[in-house]
Amino acid sequence: MIRFEPRGPASLRRMLAVTIAAAVAALVLAAIPIAFAGLSVFDAYGLMVKGAFGSLFAFTEMLTRAAPLILTGLAAAVAFRARLWNIGAEGQLYAGALAAVAVGTGLISGPSLVLIPAVMIAGALAGGLVMLGPTLLKTRLGVDEVVTTLLLNFVILLFVQMMLEGPMKDPMGMGWPQSEPILDEAALPKLMDRMRIHWGLVVALAASLGVYFLLKRTVWGFEIRAVGENASAARHAGIPVTATFVRVGLLSGALAGLAGVGEVAGLKGYLTADLSPGFGYSGIVVAMLAGLSPVGVVLAALFIASIFVGADSMSRATGVSNYLADLIVAMALLCVLVSGLFLRFRIRLVGDHKSRETAE
Amino acid sequence: MTEILDILLSANFWAASLRIATPLIFGVIGALICERAGVLNLGIEGIFTAGAMAGWMAVWLGAGLWGGVLVAAMAGAFFGLIHAILTVPLGLSQHVSGIGVTLFATSLSYFIYRTALPDVSSPPRIEAFQPLDIPVLSELPFIGPALFQQTPLTFLALILVALTAYVLYRTPLGLAIQAVGDNPAAVESQGLSVYALRIGTVVAGSAIMALGGAFLTMSAFDAFFFGMVNGRGWICIALTVFASWRPGKALIGALLFGAFDAFQVRLQTEVGSFVPGQVFLMMPYLLSIAALIVVARRADYPRALLVPYFRGQR
Repeated sequence: MIRFEPRGPASLRRMLAVTIAAAVAALVLAAIPIAFAGLSVFDAYGLMVKGAFGSLFAFTEMLTRAAPLILTGLAAAVAFRARLWNIGAEGQLYAGALAAVAVGTGLISGPSLVLIPAVMIAGALAGGLVMLGPTLLKTRLGVDEVVTTLLLNFVILLFVQMMLEGPMKDPMGMGWPQSEPILDEAALPKLMDRMRIHWGLVVALAASLGVYFLLKRTVWGFEIRAVGENASAARHAGIPVTATFVRVGLLSGALAGLAGVGEVAGLKGYLTADLSPGFGYSGIVVAMLAGLSPVGVVLAALFIASIFVGADSMSRATGVSNYLADLIVAMALLCVLVSGLFLRFRIRLVGDHKSRETAE
Repeated sequence: MTEILDILLSANFWAASLRIATPLIFGVIGALICERAGVLNLGIEGIFTAGAMAGWMAVWLGAGLWGGVLVAAMAGAFFGLIHAILTVPLGLSQHVSGIGVTLFATSLSYFIYRTALPDVSSPPRIEAFQPLDIPVLSELPFIGPALFQQTPLTFLALILVALTAYVLYRTPLGLAIQAVGDNPAAVESQGLSVYALRIGTVVAGSAIMALGGAFLTMSAFDAFFFGMVNGRGWICIALTVFASWRPGKALIGALLFGAFDAFQVRLQTEVGSFVPGQVFLMMPYLLSIAALIVVARRADYPRALLVPYFRGQR
């Protein structure tokens, strides 16, 4: 019999060790599909490491990919902290991108000092407003937010497609459903010459510090944690539970919206309906790998980003499907979920008769 | 107005409603029995995808249509087992495990499909299920073409609704499943295993969900496409709440949903030039959210839903 004995709060070192073990377990499990695809496991991982870290270009590509993952990871982490199950970061990201394009393609003009903040605020606001709906439905009517946020992802993507084929279509776009390009003054500047890495990464890192500070050092942060631990106890203690959910929902949606802003205003320059390869869903994995810690989110996003960029590069070199990256990321989520047991419990193999004793 | 009446009075419309409802019937019945046992199964979206891919691929490899159905169910059971082990004996978060299973099942299905068929411009087709004419009944005027000229999987879905209702309400097993979703400690004190009941139910429910996916590639279409499930699983989770966890209401909910969808597709051909197509495509999702809002106040969730149970806990 296996017995779980509860243990006290885990040390930071133990948390790191257990999480790294989970990530390694996912990579080991991924050897099965790699072998199934007929590739040597060592070659595959060699190519992936080279693809994510092998050159300055590869490394900056990885960092570029990490920026939206940090933001969607924070969106999930802050919401899950309060047990607000926002699974809608994908849709909120698109809402943010759409708002950024709406503001940044000529609605207002001015210097970068005005336009960049305007685009970011618009994107954050749009993402936050999208999440406000499910949050209010939850607090007012008791509608489960998991399903509403999931369903809204599809609605928003269709709305974006509608806008891109209709009022926001670029007349110079050769008929493609894409928006007009963002004005130069509204674009996030590049961080390095000849590379794609842009200020979105700085925004993401600042957001991570901001969320860390909010959760650790402010009353609102304390309230978020209290609601997450036990909403009814928090209500008894006089904590404004509904207001906390609304704040968390707005913040979580805004963070996901910012991810969308970075992708259009920093990377692509215009909006298409395939802007995000599932950043919203991967953000959930990032948040779980990070143990919902805002600083951990940065490390987890770097890990997930290197898997995506590495697998893309490996896929180009070998022809193995890059769905492998999604597969590794999914397995990482399941592994980290299981690894949580090793933090909360001391797991012991005990004799059968002893376990019966504890059960009676 | 006459256009609307014309739509409602065509046998073709009712046949389409039942056809659209079929995968949802499988999905809602599967989700419903998992939740009746106290386990929310958000793996459903991925299990649909896995059932669609595995069933299609089995047929494509020569297993025969019913062989494909069996393979799809086994794929669903496999992912259901993962979710069951993580959430029942290990007591991990049902939300996170379900999302994890969805991501895992979806990416694994896509990966296997892409690895087996690296460079195909158009997806290969199989000989899909053909509509089955039920003798006598299918020759009835109006009712016949509307209800009795469907593919075998649609009839299987309808039989499954009756079977689920019978098992759930009329057998000791069904009563035990209901009890384990309401008050697991009481079940344990009866000498029944909460773990075995919950794991078994989740595995069976997941196998049923996968048939909804199999219907997509083996009846509705004859090929597998990326993204073809397109939120149907999430819609089923919403419909389960709408159906207050009852098989009969689940059937009605799925049929209403199918009728609405069939109706709006036909309406689209009337007013399509004024309204962008995406508005119509949004409807199923918005309708699901509306359905949740309508029942939110009186939704009577199984009391132990989402609550892990540990052996020996009173």
